[in-house]
Amino acid sequence: MSSDVTPNAPRPKSTGLHSGPIQPGVAKVDPIIVADGIKRTFGGLTAVDVDHLEVPRHAITALIGPNGAGKTTLFNLLTGFDKPDAGTWSFDGQSLSGKPAYRVARMGQVRTFQLTKALGLLTVLENMKLGAKEQTGEKFWLSLFPGFWRRQEAAIEEKARELLVKFKLDAKEADFAASLSGGQRKLLEMARALMTDPTLVMLDEPMAGVNPALTQSLLDKILDLKDEGMTVLFVEHDMAMVRHIADWVVVMAEGRIVAEGPPADVMQNPAVIDAYLGAHQELDLGVVTGRHTADEVE
Amino acid sequence: MDWGQILSNTASSLIGPATIAYALAAIGLSVHFGYAGLINMGIAGFMAIGAYGYAISALTFGLPWWAGFLVGIGASIVFALILGIPTLRLRGDYLAIVTIAAAEVLRLLFLTGEFDDVTGSADGLSGYHASFRAANPIPDGTYGFGPWTYNANGWWVRILGIAIVAIVALIVWSLMRSPWGRVLKGIREDEDAVRALGKNVFAYKLQALMLGGVFGALGGIVYALPSAVNPGVYVTSLTFFVYTALLLGGAATIFGPILGSVIFWVLQTFLSNVLPALATSGILPVTSTQASTLRFVLVGVILMLIVIFSPQGILGNKKELTFVK
Ligand SMILES: Nc1ncnc2c1ncn2[C@@H]1O[C@H](COP(=O)(O)OP(=O)(O)OP(=O)(O)O)[C@@H](O)[C@H]1O
Ligand SMILES: [Mg+2]
Repeated sequence: MSSDVTPNAPRPKSTGLHSGPIQPGVAKVDPIIVADGIKRTFGGLTAVDVDHLEVPRHAITALIGPNGAGKTTLFNLLTGFDKPDAGTWSFDGQSLSGKPAYRVARMGQVRTFQLTKALGLLTVLENMKLGAKEQTGEKFWLSLFPGFWRRQEAAIEEKARELLVKFKLDAKEADFAASLSGGQRKLLEMARALMTDPTLVMLDEPMAGVNPALTQSLLDKILDLKDEGMTVLFVEHDMAMVRHIADWVVVMAEGRIVAEGPPADVMQNPAVIDAYLGAHQELDLGVVTGRHTADEVE
Repeated sequence: MDWGQILSNTASSLIGPATIAYALAAIGLSVHFGYAGLINMGIAGFMAIGAYGYAISALTFGLPWWAGFLVGIGASIVFALILGIPTLRLRGDYLAIVTIAAAEVLRLLFLTGEFDDVTGSADGLSGYHASFRAANPIPDGTYGFGPWTYNANGWWVRILGIAIVAIVALIVWSLMRSPWGRVLKGIREDEDAVRALGKNVFAYKLQALMLGGVFGALGGIVYALPSAVNPGVYVTSLTFFVYTALLLGGAATIFGPILGSVIFWVLQTFLSNVLPALATSGILPVTSTQASTLRFVLVGVILMLIVIFSPQGILGNKKELTFVK
């Protein structure tokens, strides 16, 4: 591995996020999202059925659960991309029920997609610049006269370049986003989301398809977001990563929230082990599949 | 065969009113399809709105020519709103179906005898030129050289038409290099991604539909300027011809629609002159009527070949081809 990677000192986790006994739907000291009675059905299938959920501010919350648990559907509902059958929810104290997706994003709640959405025939830099909010040049009449937007555009471009350097995409800025690899697109989508100066960043499996070396730096990026004052809610299947960066974990199964709590506690919860982790979470995969014994791994 | 005449007609079509009209309509389509990704299959309807709006203003309401332009433009904006508001929230292919149907409905409304007083039904409209020609600053006479020799009215139509093309191309160029154009191109690629960044996608699509619709209407007006409004022109195949011109030049380019329209009409004129001549001189084993229909077959084949082998068009970015899904 390259020598310029200095191992980061482990950053302290946020604690004391909840009030009252830990249970699904527990109240948070300072919630950024409060959702009540959210239900979404597809035909006969209940994809999401959440009685109460609060997401703590200035913390990193992981949303975990088996495939089909309803995590992405919940993301879609919270961000206005889908409409629930019932339920209310608020962001930063303002009700979001019935707000279209673009308004949700303007309020500072930005998301990425599980199936990455890079804008293929725009360059990487254009993808980034599109993310910036409140651009004068995006108004029809004003866009005709560069005098109105040239300076703002230059500032946006500078900010975009800084982020691209951070995400190691600066060499690609003039390439079509369609030419990026799957992992690079994940990075671009996340960097583009950050162009909106969000207060809450919702990442749907940001690490899927990103190589292990880059994963570490991506995890650091997510921790940076928290240091910069943002709140992060992310979906992830890799328990090691969840344990590493999450301050709080919410577990979904079959549309419901079955457990929540700090990562170490949640992973001891029998309901979670049952629903998701299985009995072998601490073991090497080879042990589970019987290719070698636990002793060999030690 | 009179090659001199054939080549002269062909050369003349370089700046023919039909070429100019197609260029305007194709620029409109480039905004819809090339930049915003809206599959508008009803550009012929927008052109009809422009042409009828212009002619009816003069004939029924006695308005001056420039007011006729404004009426045509205004009517196309209304048409875009009527089409767009219910359909732009739906998936892209629905817009294609709705626009093709709406353009047909419109054409049949213009064609039906019900409104004969206003629309002239099957005869179309003519004799609305007085105001436009009175405004002609060019003194009477014949000007130009070789194949490009026209009278004062002929030049007036062409000069005004070319000026409109230049202005429209400048507008599209200004818009597409701006952040507004960036949002539009983003919507073409993936509208949910753009929505997730806080852009009101619906409003942008509606703006694009209106803008391109206005250019389509201007194309219709220029088409009607030199002679008459004929309901047989604004059929669905007109839409396909404009698409051919657009794709030939390059859908998401500024000059592509113009170049494509020029090539389209030069080719059309050449074929419509040369094929019947070949038939009469016995080189082609068909009648001369069959020969002039043959050119539409050839146009269809060309459209297919472009879409299959060179979907980015002559002026399009070759790099894009690698990523055509
Ligand atoms: N548009 C839809 N139509 C019908 N069923 C849907 C739709 N979207 C999701 N579902 C169903 O809802 C359930 C929850 O899906 P969702 O995508 O939210 O799962 P997930 O937790 O994100 O899973 P994964 O970890 O695999 O991404 C699944 O059973 C899925 O089949
Ligand atoms: Mg999912």
